[in-house]
Amino acid sequence: MRYMLVNMQNCRMVYGQTLVELGREDDRIVVLEADLGRTTMTKLFEKEFPGRFFEVGIGEQNMISVAAGLALCGKIPFANSFSVFATGRPYDQIRVSCIGRLNIKIVGSSCGLSDFGDGATHQAIEDVAIMRAIPNMTILSPADGIETKKIVRAAARYDGPVYIRILRNDVPDVTAQTGEFKIGRPTVIREGTDVVIFAHGYMVYKSLKAAETLEAEGISVKIVNVSTLKPIDEKIIRSMASGTKGVVTVEEHTIIGGLASAIAFSLRGTGLMIEAVAVNDRFGQSSLNYEQLLEHYGLTVEAIVKAIKKVLR
Amino acid sequence: MGSVALSDRQLRIKSIQYRLKILKYIKMANAGHTGGSLSCIDILNVLYNRILRVSPQTFGHPDRDRYIQSKGHSVEALYVVLADRGFFGESELETLCRYMSRLAGHPTRKVPGIEHNTGALGHGLAFAVGVALTGKKDGRAYRVFVLLGDGELDEGSNWEAMMAASHYGLDNLIAIVDRNMLQITGPTEQVCRLEPLADKLAAFGWSVRIADGHDIPALTDVLSAVPFEPGRPSAIIARTTKGKGVSFMEYDPSWHHGVPDNQQYEIAQQQLEQLLREAGGGQ
Repeated sequence: MRYMLVNMQNCRMVYGQTLVELGREDDRIVVLEADLGRTTMTKLFEKEFPGRFFEVGIGEQNMISVAAGLALCGKIPFANSFSVFATGRPYDQIRVSCIGRLNIKIVGSSCGLSDFGDGATHQAIEDVAIMRAIPNMTILSPADGIETKKIVRAAARYDGPVYIRILRNDVPDVTAQTGEFKIGRPTVIREGTDVVIFAHGYMVYKSLKAAETLEAEGISVKIVNVSTLKPIDEKIIRSMASGTKGVVTVEEHTIIGGLASAIAFSLRGTGLMIEAVAVNDRFGQSSLNYEQLLEHYGLTVEAIVKAIKKVLR
Repeated sequence: MGSVALSDRQLRIKSIQYRLKILKYIKMANAGHTGGSLSCIDILNVLYNRILRVSPQTFGHPDRDRYIQSKGHSVEALYVVLADRGFFGESELETLCRYMSRLAGHPTRKVPGIEHNTGALGHGLAFAVGVALTGKKDGRAYRVFVLLGDGELDEGSNWEAMMAASHYGLDNLIAIVDRNMLQITGPTEQVCRLEPLADKLAAFGWSVRIADGHDIPALTDVLSAVPFEPGRPSAIIARTTKGKGVSFMEYDPSWHHGVPDNQQYEIAQQQLEQLLREAGGGQ
């Protein structure tokens, strides 16, 4: 199977546009922003719905609790910042909202290393781990613009707390235009028989490139887009891995507590070889080039190819 | 509210009865935040028996007044008042802090009459900002009352919320500070100085008044006068005594979380029953 990976979209822009669409369809949708609306693209919503847009300034703790108050009054609040600040600074506020299972949507922009210039303080590589640890939380990570739109819409429909990871940079479309996104259901992006890759976010694209490389060598790689990082359906993961000779996880996140942890635990007892491509328990750093940074942390096509060969050995 | 208006005298009697119940159920549970519950109980009494437009029948109504107890640890006071107001049966108070009981050690939404889970400090005011914002945006007339601990104001999130509340002109929001001057470690002014608190709140754009937090008519007056200024949130610094009503608990931070032993419990009961007789409500 060949993929034409030509269409690039900016997930932030798609997110902002989707919010506006949702705003038109449902007046319960409200948006909170912590002074980053020009980059999270909530400015699009602000422009069309100034009365439903709440700028709270650089105060993420306040933002999450205000969102909780709005949610309990029947609104559907989307609270925005960079991933690292949206999850890290108001951790306790998010946690309390999850205890009450409140209908708040936390949207972390510039996830992973995608804010390449700003360095370690701005790069969210442990956000999935800390959000996964909170009961009642749902975590969604779109792989491209197409899926971003579907995921934001699904989050708005879902009644409960959700954290969405939004990529900063333009990324190629890898998911299908057709088909509904369903929370909790991983999707097969590419069929294959030898090895299965579980990936999310931009790493789905990297995985596809690795699969194409290996196809020439006669290795058949299946790719699964795990865009719901919580809840993980263990049965589906096991069935998707069964029959293969090995498993590789790929994520733009620390190796601790993210996709690697979730998949390895889901596949416990299967005897399958598992390798993880992830940030190896290190903080990020600045670079003028996103790809250079991904290379530094080993999130490359070559690293994925190497991991696949390792599980086949 | 639906019930017959109670006189000041009747409310004074109620306050003492509430105190007796707080101690009774804390003693029964062998756990509880005694000092803070005794300091804020008169405020809750006036709120629930005179000010708040909410009842068990209207609790689900979008126009109800909201009460949010940000200092969630004083939940015993809230449970006692909610039971008295008929939100749940009095006998359930016996399950305080028990395994599988709804009446957990901090407020949860599982309990009829409780708007939000609180207890992690510094959340309630910002939550109330969200509720008050909704009221403004949806053109609803409800008011949002928040009870804050003074020690709780160490949490910076309160000050983020203070800014947001005045920025959005939330005159439907009323913060009451239970200013009992003590937190777990000791006097608030020694732990991390709060004063000049009224000036700080005013500087954050709030309209501030100070009241005796144990004086029923004074609390009634100040809580009936909100908003103090149109377009601004209202803050009431309620001067209180931690452990109020039981001589050996007053002004002693060790009673922040504490259960009286049998002898202490007997003395506390005797003191409160004496107050009850003096108020004209004794047996």
